[in-house]
Amino acid sequence: MQIQLNGDTTQVAAINLTDLVTELGLDQRMIAIERNMEVVPKSTYNATMLEENDRIELVHMIGGG
Amino acid sequence: MSDIFKVGTYEFTSRLIVGSGKYKDFQTTKDATEASEAEMITVAVRRVNITDMGKESLLDYIDPKKYTILPNTAGCFNADDAVRTLRLAREAGGWDLVKLEVLGDTETLYPNVVETIKAADTLVAEGFQVMVYTNDDPIVARRLEELGCVAVMPLGNPIGSGRGLANPFNIRVIKQRANVPIVVDAGIGTASDAAKSLELGADAVLINTAIAEANDACMMAHAMRDAVRAGRLAYLAGRMPKRAFASASSPTEGYIWD
Repeated sequence: MQIQLNGDTTQVAAINLTDLVTELGLDQRMIAIERNMEVVPKSTYNATMLEENDRIELVHMIGGG
Repeated sequence: MSDIFKVGTYEFTSRLIVGSGKYKDFQTTKDATEASEAEMITVAVRRVNITDMGKESLLDYIDPKKYTILPNTAGCFNADDAVRTLRLAREAGGWDLVKLEVLGDTETLYPNVVETIKAADTLVAEGFQVMVYTNDDPIVARRLEELGCVAVMPLGNPIGSGRGLANPFNIRVIKQRANVPIVVDAGIGTASDAAKSLELGADAVLINTAIAEANDACMMAHAMRDAVRAGRLAYLAGRMPKRAFASASSPTEGYIWD
């Protein structure tokens, strides 16, 4: 499936957000996901199915003031 | 002496808040943060680099169980982006205490007060405890307090400029009229700037560049820790009045020639 991942057109095998996190190797990281401008609670990753051309933002914490 | 720094529902013993940006590596970030004895540290929210994630992340070095993580909205130039950013941060780590900053332009990094107020309004309504970066305008500071922000953080000078307090009088005026903590955020260049901020009555200071860009970040973190303590004690002790003329320190009687 083709999605917009962090601004880039990306092909993924994942069908839901749990799969996506695993596919990207982010299971152990403290991250958050926005799907089509809405923050997705971690508890619903499994139930959140990816759809063609979804806009996914995947963020983490980095150094900053 | 118990001197607790209360922000919203949080309590701290340190009045030094540090940033985690601009360090040469994670180890230095960790070492300097420990040296500062700060309990609260700001972090930025950014896209994960999917193609090059790196083995380690900041939070491998800065333990969220040990520090209160203060997600910021650095780089946001409008209210919508700031709100989106902090919603994501809250989902990532469960953090509700946040640093809101909405900037006006890239050259000055001065706050865009109109957008800041808009964002603060939304975030407070959504249950965030908002520590808000703003300019040193007492009217705006009061407005942000009235909106429900848990701390107001006027700049001393532009972010990363290291020029100290441009307008110490305004910091004092803002503090005198405030019912929430006042934190000097941005502009601190060296230890005396931090001490001065606390002496003026600021409840805390937020420092990033002055520590991260020092030749010896850990030593500067120590200096800031001590300066903040000294400034706070001097404020609580109550300074002597300034006089136009001298006032002898030794008794002016009992001279041997009298």
